[in-house]
Amino acid sequence: MALLEAKNLSISFGGLRAVDEFNISIEKGQLYGLIGPNGAGKTTVFNLLTGVYKPTEGIVTLNGIDITAKKTIDLNKAGIARTFQNIRLFKDLSVLDNVKAALHNHYVYSTFDGIFRTPKFRKCEKAMNERAMELLKVFDLDEKADILASNLPYGKQRKLEIARALATEPKILLLDEPAAGMNPNETLELMETIRFIRDKFDMTILLIEHDMKLVSGICEELTVLNFGRILTKGKTSEVLNNPEVIKAYLGDE
Amino acid sequence: MSFLSYLIKGISLGSVYAIIALGYTMVYGIAKMLNFAHGDVIMVGAYSVFIMSTSLGLSPIFGVLTSIVVCTALGLTIERVAYKPLRGAASPLAVLITAIGVSYLLQNIALLVFGANTISFTSVINISPITFGSNGELTISGETIVTIIAGIIVMVGLTLFVNKTKMGHAMRAVSEDKGAASLMGINVNATIALTFAIGSALAAIAGVLLCSAYPTLNPYTGAMPGIKAFVAAVFGGIGSIPGAMIGGVLLGIIEVFGKAYISSQMADAIVFAVLIIVLLVKPTGILGKNIQEKV
Amino acid sequence: MKKLLTNKIFKNNLITYGIVIIAFVVISIIKGTGNLSSLFTGLLVPLCAYIILAVSLNLVVGISGELSLGHAGFMCVGAFSSALFSKCVVGTMPDGLRFLLALIIGSVLAGIIGVLIGIPVLRLKGDYLAIVTLAFGEIIKNIINVIYIGRDSKGFHFSMTSEMDLNLEAGGETLINGAQGITGTPKDSSFLIGFILVMITLFIVLNLINSRDGRAIMAIRDNRIAAESIGINITKYKLLAFTVSSVLAGAAGVLYSHNLNNLQATSKNFGYNMSIMFLVFVVLGGIGNIRGSIIAAVLLTLLPELLRGLNAYRMLIYAIVLIAIMLFNWAPGALAFREKYSIKNWLSKKTGKEEM
Repeated sequence: MALLEAKNLSISFGGLRAVDEFNISIEKGQLYGLIGPNGAGKTTVFNLLTGVYKPTEGIVTLNGIDITAKKTIDLNKAGIARTFQNIRLFKDLSVLDNVKAALHNHYVYSTFDGIFRTPKFRKCEKAMNERAMELLKVFDLDEKADILASNLPYGKQRKLEIARALATEPKILLLDEPAAGMNPNETLELMETIRFIRDKFDMTILLIEHDMKLVSGICEELTVLNFGRILTKGKTSEVLNNPEVIKAYLGDE
Repeated sequence: MSFLSYLIKGISLGSVYAIIALGYTMVYGIAKMLNFAHGDVIMVGAYSVFIMSTSLGLSPIFGVLTSIVVCTALGLTIERVAYKPLRGAASPLAVLITAIGVSYLLQNIALLVFGANTISFTSVINISPITFGSNGELTISGETIVTIIAGIIVMVGLTLFVNKTKMGHAMRAVSEDKGAASLMGINVNATIALTFAIGSALAAIAGVLLCSAYPTLNPYTGAMPGIKAFVAAVFGGIGSIPGAMIGGVLLGIIEVFGKAYISSQMADAIVFAVLIIVLLVKPTGILGKNIQEKV
Repeated sequence: MKKLLTNKIFKNNLITYGIVIIAFVVISIIKGTGNLSSLFTGLLVPLCAYIILAVSLNLVVGISGELSLGHAGFMCVGAFSSALFSKCVVGTMPDGLRFLLALIIGSVLAGIIGVLIGIPVLRLKGDYLAIVTLAFGEIIKNIINVIYIGRDSKGFHFSMTSEMDLNLEAGGETLINGAQGITGTPKDSSFLIGFILVMITLFIVLNLINSRDGRAIMAIRDNRIAAESIGINITKYKLLAFTVSSVLAGAAGVLYSHNLNNLQATSKNFGYNMSIMFLVFVVLGGIGNIRGSIIAAVLLTLLPELLRGLNAYRMLIYAIVLIAIMLFNWAPGALAFREKYSIKNWLSKKTGKEEM
């Protein structure tokens, strides 16, 4: 059974069909790519899968359970975590606190515990710190735990966002253009990291990306979106050699 | 008959709210900010008329025109000095708090210049009332007639302006998407300034009508009507021009009926209960659109 | 590394507590020697109430990123409900217990109203909280001014028109007399109690901020959509911050009312002007900076009393301060200018140090 499955997912904005009959089936442990020209509806698909938008039609299942049109919070609790195309960090919180905020639903103590600094608070905070530092270490951010998230260099901000998403202990991780704005060296490093996350956390990853080197380097399967519809899907090498895909990217000559 | 006369009074008060609400709603639509000082521009407008017509004894028409010029200039200055620098600020609270500061500044300048005492305002409208029924059961004052007519003219004029003129199209484009509008060659800053100018000119008209119908004036005169007009704008659907008009008129009727049939002291509370109910039941208001934040 | 951070926060909080304790001790000593003017002495309890309000408002404005313009209204609710209670039960229980119960009643009632306002408003995006709280602050004042409550051998009497309308029998007592308010509230407040309440407020607010809840609240402030994406319940945490804040504002009201023989709801003590004054405390002290709020509250309460001549211009100055600080601290242009000409930058350029 597929881990994440969407069937006939569609959404219209004022008559315009931004995503039309989108189907996807992602197996556990897969590294899956969603590509397509600008404005093809890739981020809209992410927003549908994470509850930012409610689909006009279609269903989404996670581990066979229907999660269509659930709220973002519940979807995260169910096991979907994401990053954003335009980085959305908690900029006035420290790097450590960015991750700790994401541990919110996994290390729980009451408001009373928090205000009165009960033993439960101490124990929980200690465990949170350890867990957060562990995650930061994976991304080489542990040395920067104390500084404000907004003071991180761009590439590290992207990594922090991934660390934060992982902290919610998702079943599937959705990365929206993780390599955007990175130089080739950083992109190479990021590819390593993504592969590492998949192996270390046994994670399933769906990513949107424009960087073809990254896509062909790490994705096992691809779905190509064009004008809100699926153009083609399949093994990465086959898809990238498909003349229709090349035409969609380079335009009709 | 009293029901009918309350209804007409409500529509008249509502027309004033509507004219003020138009200013709020346009500015909110285009600059995405709640211009707290809008109500106090009304007060400045009313004082301008008072000085021109009562103190200097000039013709009321001249007073009204002066008031429009003063308020427009004031609106433009506030936008330029206090709001424009904060465009793109990290926190949306920044411009809101500044707007409160401006509102407070205007009130306190008026307090220093004119004093805290309420002065009686001489109506600028000189039309004899219309009486219905053999014993004058229903009397509609000149102020009421002029206010309702002014409300209709403003509404129609503004709708035509926004839908038919180039500047109106620019305003709509900027309120939809600033980035795209500027790529289309629209001067975003000038368009926002224009919106403030129109809103403030409307505030001047509202000030004259308000103080003619309720002939008192003090530095806080604009505050409460300003807030209620914002409620009206939310009621009708913030960002919508016909919404502001409908919301304004409905709120005016609710307030007058509340005063007449429930309790005069509780009238304000009733108006705000309306706001709470609207926010609970339909936060986008009667004609409002649901605006999705881009992710 | 993580040790370092928690230590830093701990140290920072200790400094805040320390400043308050030292100020209390110093003022108490001066007061003990009889060198404190009566004007100054009379200001001590209201000052403590203002500090509590400034800190609690900063929890909403600075930590939660919402704007409340009705904090004077919550204070008003706390003040009147507790004063009414104290007046009703005076003589039936020990003074300490009475004040404790009054404190609980005043704060809980303010908190309940906070929840009632917060539920419809805080689930929405936008500036609705500002306008609704502003309206609440004005309305609660108007309502209290038309409430008449009396008591005689037959029980309680209630009216919204006049004292006469209560129809009290001879020997009956008017508890709330409309615009004349409540007279004869037992004077339970003192500088010591004010100090204790300030410390409790700091304890609650600082610990709340540095906990799981505080992180959630600030995460929402910084990025609502991202906070949602990591499973944080937006409405719940916005409501938590706002409710705690209104409870504390209510407590400040209890402190305030039990310091006055005659309590009235006027625009001078519970009106819009007061809510703006609290906002000025927060903005001047630094949005999100709790210690700054305390210092600003003290300075802006004491300075005008020392500079009486400026009293007419006080509100005007507040308005200008508010605008100037917002522009200076938040305008992108001003920030770029400060960055360019900051002393730190100038120094690092001089010494040729690399910027990070």
